[in-house]
Amino acid sequence: MNLTLKIWRQANANDKGKMVDYKISDVSPDMSFLEMLDVLNNELIEKGEEPVAFDHDCREGICGSCSLYINGEAHGPDRGVTTCQLHMRMFKDGDTIFIEPFRAKAFPVIKDLVVDRTAFDRIQHAGGFISVNTSGNTIDANAIPVNKENADDAFSAATCIGCGACVASCKNSSAMLFVGAKVSQFALLPQGRVEATDRVLNMVNQMDAEGFGNCTNTGACEVECPKGISLENIARMNREYLAASLKG
Amino acid sequence: MSGILNSSIGRKFAMALSALFLMIFLLQHFTINLLSVFSEDTFNNVSHFMGTFWLIQYVLQPVLILGVIFHFVMGFVLEIRNRNARQISYAKNNGSANSSWMSRNMIWSGLAILAFIGLHFYDFWAPEINVKYFKGDMSGLIDPDNVNSGFRYWEELHHKFVDIWRVVLYCIAFIFLSLHLLHGFSSAFQSTGMNNKYTKSLQGFGKAYAIIIPLGFVFIALFHHFTH
Amino acid sequence: MALDSKIPQGPIADKWTNYKNHIDLVNPANKRNIDVIVVGTGLAGGSAAATLAELGYNVKAFCFQDSPRRAHSIAAQGGINAAKNYQGDGDSTYRLFYDTVKGGDYRSREANVYRLAEVSANIIDQCVAQGVPFAREYGGLLDNRSFGGVLVSRTFYAAGQTGQQLLLGAYSAMNRQIGRGKIKMYNRHEMLDVVKVDGKARGIITRNLITGEIERHSAHAVVLGTGGYGNVFFLSTNAMGSNVTAAWKAHKRGAYFANPCYTQIHPTCIPVSGDHQSKLTLMSESLRNDGRIWVPKKMEDVKAIRNKTLKPTEIAEEDRDYYLERRYPAFGNLVPRDVASRAAKERCDAGYGVNATGEAVYLDFASAITRYGKEQATIKGLNLNDAALVKKLGQEVVKNKYGNLFQMYEKIVDEDPYNTPMMIYPAVHYTMGGIWVDYNLMTTVPGLYAIGEANFSDHGANRLGASALMQGLADGYFVLPYTIGDYLSNDIRTGPIPTDTKEFDEAEAEVRKNIDHLINNNGTHSVDYFHKRLGKIMWNKCGMARNAEDLKSAITEISELRAEFWKDVKVPGTANEFNEELAKAGRVADFLELGELFAKDALQREESAGGHFREEYQTSEGEAMRRKEFQYVSAWEYKGEPKDAVLHKEELEYENIQVKERSYK
Repeated sequence: MNLTLKIWRQANANDKGKMVDYKISDVSPDMSFLEMLDVLNNELIEKGEEPVAFDHDCREGICGSCSLYINGEAHGPDRGVTTCQLHMRMFKDGDTIFIEPFRAKAFPVIKDLVVDRTAFDRIQHAGGFISVNTSGNTIDANAIPVNKENADDAFSAATCIGCGACVASCKNSSAMLFVGAKVSQFALLPQGRVEATDRVLNMVNQMDAEGFGNCTNTGACEVECPKGISLENIARMNREYLAASLKG
Repeated sequence: MSGILNSSIGRKFAMALSALFLMIFLLQHFTINLLSVFSEDTFNNVSHFMGTFWLIQYVLQPVLILGVIFHFVMGFVLEIRNRNARQISYAKNNGSANSSWMSRNMIWSGLAILAFIGLHFYDFWAPEINVKYFKGDMSGLIDPDNVNSGFRYWEELHHKFVDIWRVVLYCIAFIFLSLHLLHGFSSAFQSTGMNNKYTKSLQGFGKAYAIIIPLGFVFIALFHHFTH
Repeated sequence: MALDSKIPQGPIADKWTNYKNHIDLVNPANKRNIDVIVVGTGLAGGSAAATLAELGYNVKAFCFQDSPRRAHSIAAQGGINAAKNYQGDGDSTYRLFYDTVKGGDYRSREANVYRLAEVSANIIDQCVAQGVPFAREYGGLLDNRSFGGVLVSRTFYAAGQTGQQLLLGAYSAMNRQIGRGKIKMYNRHEMLDVVKVDGKARGIITRNLITGEIERHSAHAVVLGTGGYGNVFFLSTNAMGSNVTAAWKAHKRGAYFANPCYTQIHPTCIPVSGDHQSKLTLMSESLRNDGRIWVPKKMEDVKAIRNKTLKPTEIAEEDRDYYLERRYPAFGNLVPRDVASRAAKERCDAGYGVNATGEAVYLDFASAITRYGKEQATIKGLNLNDAALVKKLGQEVVKNKYGNLFQMYEKIVDEDPYNTPMMIYPAVHYTMGGIWVDYNLMTTVPGLYAIGEANFSDHGANRLGASALMQGLADGYFVLPYTIGDYLSNDIRTGPIPTDTKEFDEAEAEVRKNIDHLINNNGTHSVDYFHKRLGKIMWNKCGMARNAEDLKSAITEISELRAEFWKDVKVPGTANEFNEELAKAGRVADFLELGELFAKDALQREESAGGHFREEYQTSEGEAMRRKEFQYVSAWEYKGEPKDAVLHKEELEYENIQVKERSYK
């Protein structure tokens, strides 16, 4: 199929940037979206133009590197997938596709479609861990039984890949789904309860300091999240935070 | 606890608490108004009680006004901060793919409600305050000099809905109120942390509340218009 | 230089304990004066960085990704082995050791593997304490499953995302140390050289991938946890960015490269769909717990399937060839990866491949769905004979176990694996070869360590499923932090290593020269063009089956392609900006050298062992034929061009395990 691509081009963080049109032909429906961009980039390079920069790595939907706001949605129109798992069969011949970076003040553009998501890392530095030394001299793993339901919920929260689709989709650029998932994973496990109070306070403070917006519960994040992280995690974080504020 | 209002979740919580408070007020307001459809006397008696009982007038009324002001001011503050969190907007954004119109436009439905509150204050609250506290007439009677003239509340209410344009404005405002509540109700519960598998039924209740209450207000307005 | 593996004396079960009791330690106050560089932040690098920082060293950690959490360990699906014997099925340290050595086709170092098995149980304790949400049973205790090549259930897992959960655990341990300032994290930095001072590794040269800036970093020791080199095949299950550059630069600075030809071709991957393909997707080995692998028995059925006039579900049970169950009744569908891959290739070469390219076999869940469905129906007291109900119940069980994998498959192939068998084919997945290290995990360059997939040590010629995660974390959490102390104890008086020395000047100048060449080359073809051609040579001539003739021609072709690359590659943009093509060009340049050494290594290894299958050396039944005279590690010393590399042999001795024919029948 033949497509028109409208792609955000921005040489570097200080450049103003603009949307640029590209035509691409003979796109196979079996290609992934990023493979389609690979083809475009190879054409651009062989023509002597600058290829479009975009983040990607594992190309199997788990590393969270790939981003892209495609036709007005984070990771494009398909559900439960990252951009690297989005296939061209979701589009039809003659379509015009808008491709933009994930936008948020806390995610500044580095180049073209590549953004800086280290704000997520800094939130985790503030408390995304259990303070246990890695010496291996802990108690036997089965000495800490965890109720299966909590273990499963903690796992579901922990499947977050940190891609930032929640922030990109949120009209307020809020990071609460991400932080909610991190807080929940630990809050649901007995090992994590010990530091629960400080953890949620520190992580939320850092989240606010990074300049993310405020959650207004539109639910867009949950719909666009490639891993289907539930809004219940935000509610849990709210509970944890309020309880922690009362304590501390 | 200090500084909780400086945090994102604290603000959200405060917004939700004021919303829950306003929703309780709305239910109360609706119940009393609904009485006007069934019994002129009961409505008058209840209105007089509400309008003259000290606890309501001097405590709850200021709290309510503060609550309304807080909810609006905080709403604006959050809106400005949230807009600030994304400085370049998308060339193409398909918001309807992942969220409801209501949830994305709380500021607009809120502003419509604010405008309505202005009208509503002009229609009812300002005259009421004028009569009670500037003219000093606390009697609640149609003719303060005539004990037998009866309470004025039902008459005033009924009379307001003669004008078709006012009825239309009220109805439009109630539609916005419904839209606001359709998102606001469940949102308030989410913000206060009450969303888990045990609270799913609240969602249905919230939807019912958000539709039935404004629809009821519409009905009351129409009732008074068409019974002239 | 003669290879000294520095294996401690004494009985195998006591070696590690004795070793720990006798090494030199660095006192906590002195650790504060010692810097360690860790390159790579996957399971090995991440866990090492966190542990070293916790011990008190000043750690500088580097990764090319935008966050340490995105290292490719994250993509590991199935699980992690540990000799916990929670299932009471007879597992033990010795059995895990035995399975791993046997699984590696008797080409790994006994002492290292035993140590790995010994510390494996600690990994699970450690991870649970860190909050890794492993799968649990209703009683709240940890669940296990089985993997290929073993007869016990010792694999711990978190759905099909075990690598992700373990990496997030290591990343959280890093976060704690980054927050405390003990780790200085350098994201989006690529290591481009190792700097040696007085023969010791004392620093690295990196390129900041955002600004293009070339930076010097010094330390008292350098640790490489930079993963494997499967991307030399262009198409592999590795991430797009996975590369050999750090390991190759270390090789060029004197680290011997061991067993480069040992590559794991994983049997269950989604088949190639076309020329546009940029990578291959793995379907976890855990699927072979429940999936049955087959091709049609009759050639006419194969043809009908390829013409799409017949569906696989329409083929009668007796017309299906469950070739793994037929050939290997004891292990069935759970034979080790190398065996399963070769068996698939054998069937497809014989013409029984079930997709248009003839390179796919079925992985079928129908009987598992029925089995689980009946089990559920029995538990719930429902009608066992209601086929639709049984199917529905069974599908739910399968969904709980493998939901994310099935969804991944459906998104890529556009077919529903709950109702039609998956199509799979082997693909390059893991490289057992890597930088040669001794028992301390130190390379032949003093002060330069290699851990995880980057080293060669524990898997021999074939890695068993769920062992890579185990090795990465064992190296990073429990082995390297001890062994490195022994070396660093000599450095307590050294003081900070300056970077304004001639060694750093020279290394930086060389890096700049390379970059300038690539940027100013003005060739005609993109980097991918060359990478794809290299991949084709590797897959066709150094893939699942190799022979002397092909390997010889591969050596020539790769060397020609390398010359062409340097003459004709086109890298757009400049050196001083975010330039993905430039980064790729550097990586492919190194692959073009490694590829040749790979073929050279495969050529000298005149036997079949594990992932290395030489057509000339097979039994009459088509099984791999190991040869006693090749019971050594081939460690290559860099001498300029790959063709000049010098072979050093580390003879492997087996004192605690009897070297037998490796049978899974």
